[in-house]
Amino acid sequence: MPDVLRSDVLRYLGQAALYAVFALLIGYFSNSPRYRHLAPDEALLRLSFSHPGKVMAACRERGAAELEKMPANMRQSQDCPRERSPVRVSVELDGAPLYDETFAPAGLQHDGAAAGYRRLPIPAGEHRLRVKFNDDARIAGFNYEHSQTVHPVAGDVVLIDFAADRGGILIQ
Amino acid sequence: MPASATLSVSGICMAHDTSRSAHRDIPAAQSARNLAANVFHVLERAFDRVFGVAQNPLRQLGALGFYLFWIVSVSGIYVYALFDTSIDGAFRSIETLMIEQPFAGGLMRSLHRYASDAFALVIALHLVRELSYGRFSGFRWFSWVSGVPLIWLGLAAGIGGYWLVWDTLAQVVAIAMSEWLGWLPGFGDVIVRNFLVQATLTDRLFSLLVFLHIGIPLLLLLGMWVHIQRISDPMTLPRRNLGANLLGVLLVLCIGVPALSQAPADLARVPAELPLDWFYLFALPLLYRTSPGELWLLLALATMTLVLLPWMSGGRRPAPAQVDLANCNGCSRCVADCPYGAVVMQPRSDGRNHPREAVVVTDLCASCGICAGACPSSTPFRSASAFVTGIDMPQWNVSMLRDRLDQALTGLQGLSGSVVFACECGADASVLAQPGVAVLRLPCIGMLPPSFVEYALRSGADTVLVGACAEGDCEFKSGEELMRARLKGEREPHLRANVSRERLRIVSSVDPRELERALGELRSVSNGFESAHSSIRSRRGRVPGRSNA
Ligand code: HEM
Ligand code: SF4
Ligand code: SF4
Repeated sequence: MPDVLRSDVLRYLGQAALYAVFALLIGYFSNSPRYRHLAPDEALLRLSFSHPGKVMAACRERGAAELEKMPANMRQSQDCPRERSPVRVSVELDGAPLYDETFAPAGLQHDGAAAGYRRLPIPAGEHRLRVKFNDDARIAGFNYEHSQTVHPVAGDVVLIDFAADRGGILIQ
Repeated sequence: MPASATLSVSGICMAHDTSRSAHRDIPAAQSARNLAANVFHVLERAFDRVFGVAQNPLRQLGALGFYLFWIVSVSGIYVYALFDTSIDGAFRSIETLMIEQPFAGGLMRSLHRYASDAFALVIALHLVRELSYGRFSGFRWFSWVSGVPLIWLGLAAGIGGYWLVWDTLAQVVAIAMSEWLGWLPGFGDVIVRNFLVQATLTDRLFSLLVFLHIGIPLLLLLGMWVHIQRISDPMTLPRRNLGANLLGVLLVLCIGVPALSQAPADLARVPAELPLDWFYLFALPLLYRTSPGELWLLLALATMTLVLLPWMSGGRRPAPAQVDLANCNGCSRCVADCPYGAVVMQPRSDGRNHPREAVVVTDLCASCGICAGACPSSTPFRSASAFVTGIDMPQWNVSMLRDRLDQALTGLQGLSGSVVFACECGADASVLAQPGVAVLRLPCIGMLPPSFVEYALRSGADTVLVGACAEGDCEFKSGEELMRARLKGEREPHLRANVSRERLRIVSSVDPRELERALGELRSVSNGFESAHSSIRSRRGRVPGRSNA
């Protein structure tokens, strides 16, 4: 074979090989190696809530003298502090404490809802969950409590939520 | 006087010898960069041999980025036309697309995926290449810094795409992303609540995601446009063959391994194992290995380092070009040739009878010297005493170049000699130096006024070899191309037609062996014609061509 032709053939083979490497690289790393998100016998416990705690102080009636001193457009008979209570959450799994945390209300004036999110892989199988909430810092201890047995299989999500209008603590 | 001389004009070139670069890096960073630069060199040479220099993908990574962006856009528009932007519809519409149009739809969807992956790969290589060649400081700061947001936008666009399929992968990605964003003050742990139970998912949220997946790539395109603003003739499309082959290879991949969805999202479960697109989702495992806060810190540090890099290396910048009005006739050739738009024409300020004059925008100047090579006043056939041209480099001007050429020509006396003009950033031409061969290196071959070739040939050199950077991959963008055009007579200033082209050769390569081969051929041809030039004339003072004005 003449040299020129042979070197051309080699060049084309080289190109084909490099294009193949490129395609393999793209094709492979586009979905491999697989990422193990949870161990094979694990379920996932999620705690997620967004709940406005109780307003910390009751409204106060303003006296006439006090109202007199205020600008006319701001004269309201009640003074209502807007600060809300932080929300404390305690979670026990099979009698052992998992979390006991306090979540601050949002907003510069602490007048928003408190929100929390935690994720934790747990072994699949039967568990006893005990969840307690306190949304009023003026009360010691907790003002909501709920216990439930859950049976997540591997890969199931157990979600702890809070909805005051649906009876408080929800486990689903 | 030695018969040969290797004369180096400067040390400006960073790309091909990082140890000579102007940077003062931390030693470890410097040696890592050297290593990377060497790896790139070896690969580029190998690819040159296989693809040919012009078609070498490693030499046009940025252009490939643009090209892949367009492929992703076109395939994306096709898929979007058939996409249902609702929670229930999203997954189904993509499955339907694959079933009802296994060919067009399946192909387009797979192409959208794989071209995006290729885009990420190509841009990563582009970054590493510019980094290892030290192309981030000095006048290049703008290209470098404007590249950094493109990484974020590219990743955001790609990751956003994975949400839209709304399969189990989408679900994991959406939740992980919300967990990560939720760490930011002001966002809070509420974002993630959008993705925890099917009931809270709304079609409106989905429309927002679709809107983002269109908006972010548009921002990316805008950013890409800004990114190349400082380059006067940027290469934004690859060579045609390369582009066609690349598209072909991607299509073969799409047919062979179509991109598929996972099972539909089910928020009551998490998939234990996931096929990840590592080009875009590499941060997901990182997030669960560390924490949202740590991942933010890591990314913030990496971004800051990249943005500040141009100033961290503390390299001193070579001085920018300077105009000498007495020698500027306002012809604007320097403006036409400057690769960085660093010269502009302005109304005359010195009262001479030309309407305009050249002015250097010093911030944009790369100190490549190409303008000096373009200026008609740069001809060496001028008065011996004060050789000053219209626009020139303070540290290495054309007068110095002529002095060194004169010296070299003296060294060639009595031999059938060759002069090699070579770019410092191209092949290392110093290996060619030997009795009878004088090597002069310039910061960029575009700095060479073509009249210097004629001058060398008329003043004693038998042959002239011009060595430039690889075709289409000039360190200063266009020096190689301009020089070729000047020597062919296609561009001003041109090499005069009566100069024998048999005694001249231009080689564009980073491989010194190619220069050696060309020089050997040139010299064997020139041995053929009786050399009238072996009787050497005196150079200083009475050079034949030089008018002693
Ligand atoms: C969407 C992603 C990107 C695209 C499409 C892109 C494209 C391009 C193009 C087309 C050029 C001009 C090439 C030429 O004509 O020679 C260029 C130059 C450059 N790019 Fe990028 N680029 C991207 C991202 C980046 C990133 C992330 C960096 C680094 C942080 C970067 C650093 C540079 C530098 C320093 C230059 C200037 C090279 C020079 O002046 O010699 N680019 N890019
Ligand atoms: S030295 Fe280069 S970048 Fe500067 S003005 Fe001249 S041609 Fe333009
Ligand atoms: S090329 Fe020279 S003469 Fe022409 S405008 Fe530029 S500096 Fe002036």
